[in-house]
Amino acid sequence: MSFELETAAVASTLRRVAIDPVSRVEGHGKVTLLLDENDEVMQVRLHIVEFRGFEKFIQGRPYWEVPVMVQRLCGICPVSHHLAASKALDWVVGAPRLTPSAEKLRRLMHYGQILQSHALHFFHLSSPDLLFGFESEVGKRNIVGVAAAYPEVAKQGILLRKFGQEVIRLTAGKRIHGTGAIPGGVNRALSRQERDGLLADIDQIVAWSRQAVHMARDLHTTNPELYDEFGTFRSNILSIVGPDGALDFYEGKLRARDADGKIIVDAFDVQNYRELIQEEVKPWSYMKFPFLTALGPEAGWYKVGPLARVQNCDFIPSPLAEAGRREFIDYGKGQLIHAPLAYHWARMIEMLHAAETIRKLLQDDDLSGSNLVASGPHQREGVGVIEAPRGTLIHHYHVDDDDLVTMCNLIVSTTHNNQPMNEAVRRVAKRYLSGRKLTEGLLNHVEVAIRAFDPCLSCATHALGKMPLVLTLLDAAGNEVSRLARSGDGDYGLG
Amino acid sequence: MIPKPLLLLAVGNESRGDDALGPLLARRVQTWLASTGMDCQVEVIEEYQLQIEHTLDIKDRQLLLFVDAGQGTVPPFVFYEARAGRLAGHSSHALAPEALLGVYAQVHQASPPPAFILCLAGTGFELGEPLTAAAALHLEQGFTFCRGLFDQPTPAFWSEQAARMHNS
Repeated sequence: MSFELETAAVASTLRRVAIDPVSRVEGHGKVTLLLDENDEVMQVRLHIVEFRGFEKFIQGRPYWEVPVMVQRLCGICPVSHHLAASKALDWVVGAPRLTPSAEKLRRLMHYGQILQSHALHFFHLSSPDLLFGFESEVGKRNIVGVAAAYPEVAKQGILLRKFGQEVIRLTAGKRIHGTGAIPGGVNRALSRQERDGLLADIDQIVAWSRQAVHMARDLHTTNPELYDEFGTFRSNILSIVGPDGALDFYEGKLRARDADGKIIVDAFDVQNYRELIQEEVKPWSYMKFPFLTALGPEAGWYKVGPLARVQNCDFIPSPLAEAGRREFIDYGKGQLIHAPLAYHWARMIEMLHAAETIRKLLQDDDLSGSNLVASGPHQREGVGVIEAPRGTLIHHYHVDDDDLVTMCNLIVSTTHNNQPMNEAVRRVAKRYLSGRKLTEGLLNHVEVAIRAFDPCLSCATHALGKMPLVLTLLDAAGNEVSRLARSGDGDYGLG
Repeated sequence: MIPKPLLLLAVGNESRGDDALGPLLARRVQTWLASTGMDCQVEVIEEYQLQIEHTLDIKDRQLLLFVDAGQGTVPPFVFYEARAGRLAGHSSHALAPEALLGVYAQVHQASPPPAFILCLAGTGFELGEPLTAAAALHLEQGFTFCRGLFDQPTPAFWSEQAARMHNS
């Protein structure tokens, strides 16, 4: 693996460009580029501010509050945190095996989350780049522009997202701050009427999801020069898979493959994740860099998320998505597909699988069952792992004799993808930016590479009045030479 | 089901300091509306963020009020009309109210309902922090202002209030 461009040999003589999306109060993502006098890129770093203070936020709380509290970490994937925390605390209440009704209700909630999250990412965040081009007019390159040029696509994105949110509302009990999952099970079942309401729309949702797979596939396969090469790098991949090798977002054991697709770890018990994964700290980033312990930090980093999952599993247990997966795998001609832009295609295959799974679950009478909570001898520690929309999500808690949380450790999907995103950004910067005068369109290439991984740059804090993007150019001495700010209405102003 | 004619859509995360201003104001207003019997006319929705599917929540309404916390907002709050607008980039998953109205206009091929933004000034947004003392004061002032709005829930009156604030 290459760490080229991570650290410049003599950084003090170089110019620095910072791409600083400050659309959140804490300024969650920032890219810095160091350029020499010929505008050649010498160093590229992606920094993402992690959930600062989270462990402190949770420590000292009663364990039963945690599944609700953790939803306040993130406005994008609160359900993932809700379920991962619940799974970890299932161990604490002695119920790692749930009742059939409880597990199916949680799965329904989770697959609703996958559906709505993937729809939001593809239709809202990625389609503007993919449909209009990375350097197209910036004022048009957004969801409003997509809605104007492709109203049916935009409408489908909205309704897919809305359906996923409705599944979450019905299983979690509320639109936000849901309480559906509790340690040991769930606290509500679905009524027949609620199931019928969802069933009325699910065929259309499956059909739209299938169209989205075709759209993502066609975008990729009609422009392979771009889609196969853009920011492409080789790495290991990691995800959980079901006991039979099936794609499973909710339950399974850890499997890793090397860059050639060879399985290097399989059926690894998630309770022992700390033996499998370590995290490296680098002085220039708040976020850690996970790696497979056996391979070390230089060779052991890996991708997670849709691109990893679709290729790590042996099959997808729903027919339409499995057909999509086979077509995807065939495209790789026997090799793992490593292209970051292939995340979009894989993500849509997963969205289709989520829709098909929801359809199947809605026909299961266990969803209306009354045996919702299991229990057993309490213990003081638990690990919960799920495949969140962005990738593997690990929650780990220790609880004391007073039932208060004494230790909490999270490895979120975006952290797993830290090194891969850095690598993609470096490839893109070297290929598209080096030696050229920087423009918004060129800098957007960097964002496109990051966006493919769907990192969570959000944390549910979103006060009005922050600008979505600030670029600063500094001279070798660190003095600001110029500043380019993009305001909320899409205009750029030079400072 | 026919939606209630007025919608208050508040966004914020109550576990992040002054970002709680939106949800807290929404709950105060909801309680007050219930006490006056006006809750049959006003729906109150609380969310973490504005997202594309909220275009469906604002459909068939007569008047919208977005409530949020703002950083760098002139205290105690600002109140202004929201116009369907362009959206700069898409680094963020969330939408600004103006962008949401823009998506609405394109998707529904119709003008969105008249919409206004009440943005309460906040200063601290760290995870686990309580509301700052200043924000608590802004919440009280915002609630009083909100009651005045819902006492006369017409676009004309709200526009007048926005103009008055703009000129003051």
